[in-house]
Amino acid sequence: MNPDLRRERAAATFDPELITYLLDCGPEKTRRRREIENMILNDPDFQHEDYNFLTRSERYEVAVKKSAIMVKKMREFGIADPDEIMWFKKLRLVNFVEPVGLNYSMFIPTLVNQGTTAQQEKWLHPSKGLQIIGTYAQTEMGHGTHLRGLETTATYDPKTQEFIMNSPTVTSIKWWPGGLGKTSNHAVVLAQLITQGKCYGLHAFIVPIREMGTHRPFPGITVGDIGPKFGYEEMDNGYLKMDNYRIPRENMLMKYAQVKPDGTYVKPVSNKLTYGTMVFVRSYLVGEAARSLSKACTIAIRYSAVRRQSEIKPGEPEPQVLDFQTQQYKLFPILATAYAFQFVGSYMKETYYRINESIGQGDLSELPELHALTAGLKAFTTWTANTGIEECRLACGGHGYSHCSGIPNIYVTFTPACTFEGENTVMMLQTARFLMKSYDQVRSGKLVCGLVSYLNDLPSQRIQPQQVAVWPTKMDINSPDSLTEIYKLRAARLIDVAAKNLQTEVSHRKSREEAWNLTSVDLVRASEAHCHYVVVKLFADKLLKIQEKSIQIVLRNLFFLYSLYGISQKAGDFLQGNIVTESQITQANQRVLELLTVIRPNAVALVDAFDFKDETLGSVLGRYDGNVYENLFEWAKKSPLNKTEVHESYYKHLKPLQSKL
Amino acid sequence: MGGRAHRVSLGDAWSRRVHPDLESERRGRALDVERLTHLLDGGARNTALRREVESLFQDDPAFSLINNYFMTPNERYEAAIRKRVLLHRMAQRLGWPKDGLQHHYAFRAISGDVTFNVHDIATKAIRSLGSEEQIAKWAPLSETYRIIVTFAQTELGHGTYLQGLETEATYDAATQEFVIHSPTMTATKWWPGDLGRSATHALVMAQLVCSGARQGIHGFMVPIRSLRDHSLLPGIAAGNIGPNMDLENADNGFLRLDHVRVPRENMLNRFAQVLPDGTYIRFGIAQNNYLSMVVARVDILVNGVLPALQKACVIATRYSVIRRQSRLRPSDPETKILDYQTQQQKLFLPLAMSYAFHFQLASLREFFQNSYVNILNKDISLLPELHALTTGTKAMMSDFCTHGAELCRRACGGHGYSKLSALPSLVTQLMASCTYEGENTVLYLQLARFLVKNYQRAQQVAGPTLQKSLPQSVAYLATPHLTKCPAQRTADFLSPELYTMAWAHMATRLIEDSVRHLQTLRQSGADQHEAWDQTGIILLQAAKAHCYYLTVKSFKEALEKLDNEPAIQPALKRLCDLFALHGILTDSGNFLYDGFLSGPQVDMVRTAYLDLLLLIRKDAILLTDAFDFTDQCLNSALGCYDGNVYERLFHWAQMSPNNKSQNPAYEKYIGPLIQSRGSKL
Repeated sequence: MNPDLRRERAAATFDPELITYLLDCGPEKTRRRREIENMILNDPDFQHEDYNFLTRSERYEVAVKKSAIMVKKMREFGIADPDEIMWFKKLRLVNFVEPVGLNYSMFIPTLVNQGTTAQQEKWLHPSKGLQIIGTYAQTEMGHGTHLRGLETTATYDPKTQEFIMNSPTVTSIKWWPGGLGKTSNHAVVLAQLITQGKCYGLHAFIVPIREMGTHRPFPGITVGDIGPKFGYEEMDNGYLKMDNYRIPRENMLMKYAQVKPDGTYVKPVSNKLTYGTMVFVRSYLVGEAARSLSKACTIAIRYSAVRRQSEIKPGEPEPQVLDFQTQQYKLFPILATAYAFQFVGSYMKETYYRINESIGQGDLSELPELHALTAGLKAFTTWTANTGIEECRLACGGHGYSHCSGIPNIYVTFTPACTFEGENTVMMLQTARFLMKSYDQVRSGKLVCGLVSYLNDLPSQRIQPQQVAVWPTKMDINSPDSLTEIYKLRAARLIDVAAKNLQTEVSHRKSREEAWNLTSVDLVRASEAHCHYVVVKLFADKLLKIQEKSIQIVLRNLFFLYSLYGISQKAGDFLQGNIVTESQITQANQRVLELLTVIRPNAVALVDAFDFKDETLGSVLGRYDGNVYENLFEWAKKSPLNKTEVHESYYKHLKPLQSKL
Repeated sequence: MGGRAHRVSLGDAWSRRVHPDLESERRGRALDVERLTHLLDGGARNTALRREVESLFQDDPAFSLINNYFMTPNERYEAAIRKRVLLHRMAQRLGWPKDGLQHHYAFRAISGDVTFNVHDIATKAIRSLGSEEQIAKWAPLSETYRIIVTFAQTELGHGTYLQGLETEATYDAATQEFVIHSPTMTATKWWPGDLGRSATHALVMAQLVCSGARQGIHGFMVPIRSLRDHSLLPGIAAGNIGPNMDLENADNGFLRLDHVRVPRENMLNRFAQVLPDGTYIRFGIAQNNYLSMVVARVDILVNGVLPALQKACVIATRYSVIRRQSRLRPSDPETKILDYQTQQQKLFLPLAMSYAFHFQLASLREFFQNSYVNILNKDISLLPELHALTTGTKAMMSDFCTHGAELCRRACGGHGYSKLSALPSLVTQLMASCTYEGENTVLYLQLARFLVKNYQRAQQVAGPTLQKSLPQSVAYLATPHLTKCPAQRTADFLSPELYTMAWAHMATRLIEDSVRHLQTLRQSGADQHEAWDQTGIILLQAAKAHCYYLTVKSFKEALEKLDNEPAIQPALKRLCDLFALHGILTDSGNFLYDGFLSGPQVDMVRTAYLDLLLLIRKDAILLTDAFDFTDQCLNSALGCYDGNVYERLFHWAQMSPNNKSQNPAYEKYIGPLIQSRGSKL
């Protein structure tokens, strides 16, 4: 092991294993996760060449191969629990990107949630065994997050009892679905249902797209790959165009809405239920934000402990770059954020399961807040993680740009999370809508509950109708409660500002939508402040639950860094609202600097605690043993471009150029 | 040649008309696009020349960039060499003068997608570091590609901190040779472009050791590959460093030298020389050997960084008037996404930066041209300021442009993730610029040193002569400032005088804070180096504020020269306002902190900022049209002049090789899987 890393680990004040248990929710889970990881790492069927040296189509092929043997392997290994499946897939796939992924994450759940028992009997079993490979075709070339704008039509023909599927325009071509390009043979297609001359909005249809046995597209189906992307190279994101393509009536998923053989439309009872999958996926993405950021952080911090550069004092050996204040200032707030998001991620997961149970019992009361919260938190965490990953890459200097660092791959794999499952700005505005609704509710004299209950205490409601000027200014930088309170006040103030600006615009304009648009920058800001408060609060709550003293101290320091750094970065919001004073800002800034020094000796142990295998990190710079440079050289030598000493292009281009002149 | 015919250059048979949503954006505005283009080009004659050069590449399949999207890295490298050769022949055939603008325009027309860009940098380095005899010997060879030269500075273990480089050049007086050697693994040269497969020579930056003393970093011409068969010469190990985020044409490589001997004459000796007996003579200061980096930085900003941001703006803005989503009024058609305030907020900052940095670069180049010749003639009085200006500008521009282009990419939603949008590759090219030619944090801190030094000078020497004695870029440090912003109404914040002054105030205050922090630490017993490190964060802020100030100031001065240009001045002024006010809002904490701005004033800034978005919205397309990029060099399915986004996206996707061949994974894996259980569906 690299001596610098060995020294770092020896100097840590706590046992990283204890934090690993905390993150995994118990030592038993950690043990089982590692067991599964080792099974995969030792399985020759899952070995392959470094993705970085493969072409796109080779990467696709490797991914398909792994998916094909996966079903059998999971049975062999006795893996059935959802968490375990997740661990299994993660390690096997590195990127967690697989061409058949949507079969499991979208096709099957949609079938289960929206299909009748008969429909499930027909399609569920074969899709679980991958005879049916399904995908989920929602997004179109011209429409994404705004679902009502989708143009694909499904027109019912009572004569033949079929739906006629059509992509009437270029913009209506289904675009982006994963696995659609080359892999899938069925798709759940979202289309505007038209029957008896009337459009009833979006419904889901099971559409066979490729013939079993030959894998050729059926007549009327145009399908293919949408070309190269920023990342997701092993995924065949595809397009789908349908021309008068007929499917039987039974292929419409009819658990809720139905079309009778004669074409009569039967309305669904409730549409709130469809929120369920969305909420699940978005809360999952919060966890992904935490994991991706943790990976990038692990790489950057380990490398910064190995890399030596420049001098702090002349004549002394070059210091580890992690000793520079500017480097600590780049990386430690990100480390603190990674921990914060880890805790938010597990909170979201628990909440989802808890609320899902209530929903199962017919209690939908908590759904609106959960829906609003997941939208905003998904946007907040993915945006922050996106920026943080790039910061980590930059903190690795030039080598961060090489694929050997692994961070480019983490970045390009993660960044679509800002767009998919709801574009982030739109998500923030959904949360804002909920906040404005709650605000109005309070104004009309009703109390609100849940995480927005602080709106009940808005002083402006009672004393100051125009400008919020007086807040209880009492910030104790050593108290998690006090800091949480400060964030709460900021959120309340910005919600108040946005609500008032919205009212002003409403009084000037004709349409509410226009007023909303002209306030949307303020509204996004208010949502961000709300989400920021929620993250700080959940982090503070988590601290209370930690018994073990040695790790409680370390995590408290991370909490303080996270919250004080945020105050320092957003000082304008806090100062302008008179939530804190200038001297408190000075105090916060000073404390941040002290915390950098305090966290420094534990930095490597704190990333070790995330417990990523080298194989999962996929990084030469972030290796556990820290032997960076030797391995960097070895890695480069494997590049296909180094196979011959004189590259063929010399004979074709250089030699003629040099001899002719 | 008219603008429009020139711009629509992909010649797609199916695209015969401009999308009405874009057409309408181009009608009925007072802004004169053509005039603005002339301004950006530095005169109508330049525009004409540029278009003439660009037309040479139009419709030439040899220079088409579309296929790049479907090539392997190896194929891209080959295509880039082929294009370089064709370009060279074209320049010879047409007799372009050596330093003519034609080269610059040709480079732009093909998006710089050729090899030997580092070869060009190295050639310039020979000119700035070599003696007249050395230039006479090497420059003609490299300028005609009889040798290919890489510039080998960065090592595996060392980058921006040049004194840390480990490669050694030890003088052997007995044979009058230098022995060039990589003593450790970390001394391996790593990253130099054109090195992996192409270079025949390397300009190696190494620690000079002569008569037993280390003399610092100097440049040495080292042959690395045989001119006969391109094989590696004895003692040389070199190759490709493996895949990066982008830059497949760059051929980044590694180089290890095992006691390689080169003659004494191969040390570039404009600024220092080793006599046959090993005596070392220096003609300037040690920093002179960094001059080549200053040249390279300016080049990269002009040819690489700024155009990449401008292209990202063109693409994202055009796409945002074609893309429609949701409705503002129930009766209306779906709204162009550019009409959403949040989209304007995302896109207009990069647009404002595109112009702000254009003017800043123009003033930097002017300063560069005035000082460079003097420095070559060993008058180094302007070198510190030149160095400070280029480091600061490089750090700020690469940082902001990367961020701006990534904003543009994400503002295009899912399609911004498709490489066919061109945005991913613009972003990844820019990302590289944040670390190459100097890591940005280190550069900001170098600038901070210059600022602190001059601030202290300004404190020591008072009086009217002082302002003249300070370098021009920091003269504001000696000017008295208001401690409170005098603005009373929102409109007051639209005064360039006012916000330039606000930024001067902020920069001065942060430099003051840094100096005070340094002093406090010193008094409490820290030595000067510890104190410097422990002040890093404030120093960074100070350097950034200084750069912001300089950008706002150069934009303001450019506007002053346009007072007689009513057809372009107002639109540009709004961008200048937006740029300055955006910075104030982002940094409002700092402006509130010392009471320079009050809470109500920050609200005024916010109001002014949001109002600007609506005004800029009207000219947005024209402001991006004015950059006058050809469709060919944009190479974007989303950003073409005609706005036929979706059709083009569909057409281009069909070109993917995956759609032309059968799926090999089906035969091998999917087929057997599907049929394994005899399912019949």
